[in-house]
Amino acid sequence: MKKYEILSKRTLAERVNEYVVYAPAVARHARAGQFVILRTDEDGERVPFTVCDYSREEGTVSVLVQEVGYTTMKLAAMNAGDALADFVGPLGNPTDLSAYKRILLVGGGIGGAVIYPQAKQLAAEGKPADVVLGARNVSLAIYTEEFARFADNFYLITDDGSSGKKGFVTDMIEELVKKGEKYDCVFAVGPLPMMKAVCALTARYDIPTVVSMNSLMVDGTGMCGCCRLTVGGKVRYACAHGPEFDGHQVDFDEAIARSRMYREQEQAHICRLTGEVRR
Amino acid sequence: MQAYGGGETVNKSARNAVPVQEAALRIGNFEEVAKGFTEELALAEASRCLNCKNAPCMQGCPVGVRIPSFIAALLEGGADKAAGILFADNNLPAVCGRVCPQENQCEKYCVRREKLGGSVAIGALERYVADNAADVRPAVAEKQAAKVAVVGSGPAGLSCAADLARAGIQVTVFEALHKAGGVLVYGIPEFRLPKSVVEKEIDGLRALGVNIECNTVVGKTVLMEELLEEYDAVFVGSGAGLPLFLGIEGETLCGVSSANELLTRVNLMKAYREDAVTPVQRGRNVVVVGAGNVAMDAARTARRLGAEVTLVYRRSRAEMPARAEEIDHAEEEGIKFELLTNPVKIHGDERGFVNGMTCVRMALGEPDASGRRRPVVVEGSEFFLPCDEVVVALGTTPNPLIKDSFPALETTPKGTIVADENGRTPTEGLYAGGDAMTGAATVILAMGAGKRSAGAILDELRRKGKIK
Ligand SMILES: Cc1cc2nc3c(=O)[nH]c(=O)nc-3n(C[C@H](O)[C@H](O)[C@H](O)COP(=O)(O)OP(=O)(O)OC[C@H]3O[C@@H](n4cnc5c(N)ncnc54)[C@H](O)[C@@H]3O)c2cc1C
Ligand SMILES: Cc1cc2nc3c(=O)[nH]c(=O)nc-3n(C[C@H](O)[C@H](O)[C@H](O)COP(=O)(O)OP(=O)(O)OC[C@H]3O[C@@H](n4cnc5c(N)ncnc54)[C@H](O)[C@@H]3O)c2cc1C
Ligand code: FES
Repeated sequence: MKKYEILSKRTLAERVNEYVVYAPAVARHARAGQFVILRTDEDGERVPFTVCDYSREEGTVSVLVQEVGYTTMKLAAMNAGDALADFVGPLGNPTDLSAYKRILLVGGGIGGAVIYPQAKQLAAEGKPADVVLGARNVSLAIYTEEFARFADNFYLITDDGSSGKKGFVTDMIEELVKKGEKYDCVFAVGPLPMMKAVCALTARYDIPTVVSMNSLMVDGTGMCGCCRLTVGGKVRYACAHGPEFDGHQVDFDEAIARSRMYREQEQAHICRLTGEVRR
Repeated sequence: MQAYGGGETVNKSARNAVPVQEAALRIGNFEEVAKGFTEELALAEASRCLNCKNAPCMQGCPVGVRIPSFIAALLEGGADKAAGILFADNNLPAVCGRVCPQENQCEKYCVRREKLGGSVAIGALERYVADNAADVRPAVAEKQAAKVAVVGSGPAGLSCAADLARAGIQVTVFEALHKAGGVLVYGIPEFRLPKSVVEKEIDGLRALGVNIECNTVVGKTVLMEELLEEYDAVFVGSGAGLPLFLGIEGETLCGVSSANELLTRVNLMKAYREDAVTPVQRGRNVVVVGAGNVAMDAARTARRLGAEVTLVYRRSRAEMPARAEEIDHAEEEGIKFELLTNPVKIHGDERGFVNGMTCVRMALGEPDASGRRRPVVVEGSEFFLPCDEVVVALGTTPNPLIKDSFPALETTPKGTIVADENGRTPTEGLYAGGDAMTGAATVILAMGAGKRSAGAILDELRRKGKIK
């Protein structure tokens, strides 16, 4: 097997692919909540992805990738048998939800990739969590079968109602809480505006909330400061101190502004691949 | 300094200047600024060396390069002959010839410095020899069974690995990034140290049989305990990579970055190239805070990316810690210096992008612990400096990542690893050196530390009967 070879690739939803990558050194110490940084080729950018799954025996690490820009499009064009140029990890700190008993996992869009290993692990620990998965429509929802299997209760909610339930994850959380569900922790992962909305809601109900911050990164080990964000008035690095933080302390508006820092250049890079005219 | 563009005058009494790319031209490219001596200039400069018996220049060299001998050899037998002497003491002469602060080291003690036309251009001669000699490095000794792990592939790690490999030890270098070389590849820009020069060094190391494992973060991918278990010794040369920030309001605005981030994007990720995938901020008005080598590199990089650049430093010119040549070059390139000035707040627009900075003027007071006069704020001197990008280059500290994953590692309150002058730490078999031990310093000191640790490791292995 080649170093960092893609052993298998499957499409989980529209523009979302799961890759199983041969990387025994990463698999050896990987744990739920950590991430890897990869480069597709020698001229590639370093991009972070959550470790979705791993097998220490097979020496594999799985990542779930949503096509949003240059590198993720390049990845979409890669297949089993191709090898990535680089694949480093596991980076960041593993999730620690051991202090909580009744946990609600909330995933928005590709955020499902981050809560999936948690759902699996919590089930294995004998305290399965409830899961709320939100997607724009049902064809974009990922790991639905797996969540149905590992969750105590699994709720799928879509923006357009194509799953049978229409609305945002916050609507679902509120419904559950009002129904009398008592969670001592919400673990929410998804686009920044979603995490911000969830935190605003759970703050009202006084439920401790953990979020996973997907800041822009370069090295992923604390050497550049690119991934910094403000948590409880203090500057923290998503890669070294996180990626998980107390959601009620995170300055989301700043994080949202920072996530747009390179928007123009990113757009130009995408156009290079698609031949589209720069917007 | 004067630019030489051909037809250089060869002068046996005054120091020969190194030909450089004209400032107006070089701010439009990332090619090397100093072009290096031609053979004619090198020999002329070498003949200026008085071959002093007591060799005062050598006391300025942290690794004791036999300077008058290699210069004499250059005159007698050309670069190849000189290399035999130079390479014995310096594992990275092509790098050191380019980036050492010679004016504070060897050239500071040259007897020609004051009255005899200026110090011999030792650094430029070192570079000439390294660039032009055939590879004459000592051959590899008989293979040994002992195995040593080296953490980090900066000058400290590379140098330690080279000496161990030459002694026949099986060496594996673990590097966190996807490319080996440490600061030499991610920090120091192409226009000062072409990456091909570093690659040649790394290729040389591979040719010695050293195994380099990139994409391996010690403390994450592989643990220190595992290395100590699997290898006969471990050398940690993990550098001082963690950037310091100002800790003032507005520092998390878009457009504010550490010099490490700017330089990594540009050097390691090649963001200066039109076809690069990694983006980089391209401000029109960039303020760089700091005045060391890192600040100069950041300022000159931003300049080459098309910006007007202002350097803000809280002390005066005399205290600027950068190499003299870099300060001169920066000034020639049109970088403005706002000296005795300190930022107090960074301002942003409604989208969260930086649009200016409030600064105060400083005055120099009494000398502080470092012997430099302490800057104090001038009351009521606040002013606004408009800018659309801020690069913070205040220095770096060691990354706590290894320590966090291996608490047995003893560190000082500053985060530097505790070890003796040969790099021995209190943990058996564990050595450390370079910036990880001293805090941010220089290439030559890191190179020397790697060499001394290699020596100490060989002693230990011999003592334990692990090598013949
Ligand atoms: C710790 C961490 C874990 C992550 N896990 C996953 C994962 O499991 N699966 C997955 O698909 N993505 C994940 N991401 C996001 C992923 O890194 C980005 O989608 C990727 O970098 C985009 O690269 P690109 O070149 O394709 O897009 P670009 O061309 O760089 O950007 C295209 C668009 O994507 C947005 N974008 C860029 N970087 C990020 C980012 N870091 N987070 C969110 N949006 C971004 C840009 O703002 C832009 O609108 C994670 C990010 C972090 C920091
Ligand atoms: C921009 C800049 C300009 C400079 N200019 C000059 C100059 O002109 N002259 C001069 O003499 N000095 C200069 N310096 C200083 C000089 O580069 C350093 O002192 C020198 O590189 C230190 O060498 P080192 O081997 O100790 O560490 P580094 O060069 O920092 O190398 C350390 C390596 O270890 C790796 N690493 C860190 N942690 C881990 C881990 N956990 N696992 C695996 N690998 C790890 C890093 O990725 C890095 O590659 C400059 C520094 C900078 C940043
Ligand atoms: S990604 Fe560079 S410090 Fe976090």
